[in-house]
Amino acid sequence: MSDLARLLVDASSLAPQVDALFWFMVALCGTVAAAVVWAVLYYSVRYRRGSNADRSGEPSTSIPVELAWTGIPAVLFIGVFIWSLFVFVKMRTPPANAQTIYIVAKQWMWKAQHPGGQREINTLHVPIGVPIRLTMTSEDVIHSFYVPAFRVKQDVLPGRYTQLWFMATKLGDFNLFCAEYCGLDHAKMGGHIIVMRPPEYARWLDGNAASGTLAAQGAILFRSHGCSGCHSPDAAIHAPDLNELYGQTVHLADGSAVIADERYLRDAILLPNQRTVAGYKPLMPSFSGQLSEEELLALIAYLKSTVESHHDHD
Amino acid sequence: MTTIDAAFYREGGLRSWLTTHDHKRIAILYALGITFYFLLGGAAATMIRLNLVNPAGSLLSAETYNKTFTFHGVVMVWFFLIPSIPTTLGNFLLPLMIGARDVAFPRLNLASWYLYMAGGLFTVAALLAGGVDTGWTFYTPFSTMFSNTHVYLVVIGVFVTGFASILTGVNFIVTVHTLRMPGMTWFRLPLFVWTMYAVSLVMVLATPVLAMTLALIALERLAHLGIFDPALGGDPLLFQHLFWFYSHPAVYIMILPAMGVVSEIIPCFVRRRIFGYRFMTYSILAITVIGFMVWGHHMFVAGQSMYASLLFSILSFVVAVPSAIKVFNWTATLRKGAITFEAPMLYALGFIGLFMLGGLTGLMLAAPALDIPLTDTYFVVAHFHYVMVGGSVMAYLGGLHYWWPKITGRLYSESWARAAAILMFFGFNLTFFPQYVLGYEGMPRRYHSYLPDFQALNVLSSAGASILALAYLMPIAYLLWSLRAGQPAGNNPWNARGLEWQTSSPPPEENFRHQPVVREAYAYDEAAP
Repeated sequence: MSDLARLLVDASSLAPQVDALFWFMVALCGTVAAAVVWAVLYYSVRYRRGSNADRSGEPSTSIPVELAWTGIPAVLFIGVFIWSLFVFVKMRTPPANAQTIYIVAKQWMWKAQHPGGQREINTLHVPIGVPIRLTMTSEDVIHSFYVPAFRVKQDVLPGRYTQLWFMATKLGDFNLFCAEYCGLDHAKMGGHIIVMRPPEYARWLDGNAASGTLAAQGAILFRSHGCSGCHSPDAAIHAPDLNELYGQTVHLADGSAVIADERYLRDAILLPNQRTVAGYKPLMPSFSGQLSEEELLALIAYLKSTVESHHDHD
Repeated sequence: MTTIDAAFYREGGLRSWLTTHDHKRIAILYALGITFYFLLGGAAATMIRLNLVNPAGSLLSAETYNKTFTFHGVVMVWFFLIPSIPTTLGNFLLPLMIGARDVAFPRLNLASWYLYMAGGLFTVAALLAGGVDTGWTFYTPFSTMFSNTHVYLVVIGVFVTGFASILTGVNFIVTVHTLRMPGMTWFRLPLFVWTMYAVSLVMVLATPVLAMTLALIALERLAHLGIFDPALGGDPLLFQHLFWFYSHPAVYIMILPAMGVVSEIIPCFVRRRIFGYRFMTYSILAITVIGFMVWGHHMFVAGQSMYASLLFSILSFVVAVPSAIKVFNWTATLRKGAITFEAPMLYALGFIGLFMLGGLTGLMLAAPALDIPLTDTYFVVAHFHYVMVGGSVMAYLGGLHYWWPKITGRLYSESWARAAAILMFFGFNLTFFPQYVLGYEGMPRRYHSYLPDFQALNVLSSAGASILALAYLMPIAYLLWSLRAGQPAGNNPWNARGLEWQTSSPPPEENFRHQPVVREAYAYDEAAP
């Protein structure tokens, strides 16, 4: 049973809330199942052929009884649904102060990029007590990022970003699994989440320092791929200014509006003329096939950093 | 003529079977087909459980393991579970239960069987050619652009056999509407007929969506048409929506007929009318309709919108209500009866327990907050095996034992049959209950190898599977034996009330020598006619 206890450890802020709902459901369903099994066994013995039980005057249908066992489960189910709704919305809504780490999945490995530029494969170091938001994409097929101890799982899709968040509450080494069948070595596509105290995490980051932060790497790409030629304030070409764009509302030529989030920026780089910004001509070439998933994430980290650095100056 | 020719052409020879229009003979042809595929799928299951005895998965290579679970899923879903009850018991009994001489379109009925067999041959060909490794769910873009196995052959096989489903559905719908004998009103129909009607609606409405989806997979593989692969401009979630729009109702194709069978068996061995007949019919219809609106609960972690997930979640809770009503009504039917426990009744009682456990764990999975950690783990594997195997297969075998005397005219060994039913119940629980725990601990499904922490429960599950395998082989032996040595059954060995028991066993061609007397199928409070 020590194995069981170790596997069932609840190591994230949401895990106890998930477990509370789970064990409530086990108790509720267990009670219902036990009651039905008891009734079946009791009737089977009492009303076996040849027993002298009273069998008189029993109707073969009863509308009040039917309505009762329609209504009571329905009310219970709605109650469970509402409870689940609150937990689910929390699971799906990262806190505003969450730190973003980027995940790129491929057959059959997990690659992580920290904001400081640190990269790791099949391990992810995170600080305890800090909300972490993962922005994830896949280079090939669908994978699924699953950490049982955190009670989180999210499919990782090619061609788009999905996200999940967690806040680790226990130190240690936790299993990471791929939960969506992805081909030959699906079963081997695992890894470890290492939860550390913040000072140790800071030391780990320093010890693995890369050549510049992720945003700095993105800034280099921004120049080397020619983005700055059009999108800098002093450019001769009429193109939208990308400074502090992240998180803003963008008005499109077709009259609609979108929030400039990670997904929008990704699409704007790869499929620029699908959704032209209002007031601009569709002049931008597509960068599809020229940037790897990791480079795209670095570029997006750079664009996001223009907002953050502005706030730092305030 | 040689003796082989003589055997082929004589009355009752092979030729007369392969060209028959008699719904009862077609039912037997189907029974041979699904038994063959059940054994194939069962062999694959045996390899899976043997491989998982050891955390390293040393029996099969990863590649072979992936092909084995794919084959198990494809064969069991499309070539055993979906056709199982409707095409065998349904084909045999539907016309008898409504007092008809045959189904509405007897030739179409035979054509369905040929389509089913042709689809099966493509699938077996895929196996012989080296197998396919996409999983029965064919998730894109893996199935369209990444798998280099025999996807086309399996897709064609499932596509073709889908038309067998559609044609059977059309046939049954028309039969129920047009061939009920005078006096057989809608609310006198046995519940088994209601479930055949409901399941036919699902087959006719959902299967074409599967056919389109499979055709799109083939097109993307063949012509690189960008439908599902984002690298070609497609959307992988579109595939999942289309696939589950069929494949969730497909679960009801498997379980509704099982509910129908159990609703016939229980009143007979309790000697009482079914409790709440009208509510039983309404709940069948409610499951049929709402079952079309819950497919997104397979996609809570797939990347669909949070609001869509909430809508699919509440609808999934709603669809559980009519199933609960049915369990309560079966239980209430036992009250004040005079119950005997012949083999069909043991299967039916086993069904109630296993289906209930599968349904209740389905409620947990309907809550997204619980589905997120549990989906794609062994918890889900256990859940759907409780519903499909504990539910549908137990009911199929219960129905087979109940109507075997009618179908063959022979009685099987009651004690062997009871032993098999009891062994099956315990073997099943030993196989699949540990998988709930494995899933809660976090073991993902479709893993060829796993962490050593998970070994004890996997060994337990494999041990259970060996008992279950034995329990499934037993009926094949004693049922075949009964054909040679069984006592003649007589018209109505269970003293049951349905119309099918008013004719000889087996029934003659065109079913009834004398016009049967219409009465309620559950009139156990009246004397037999």
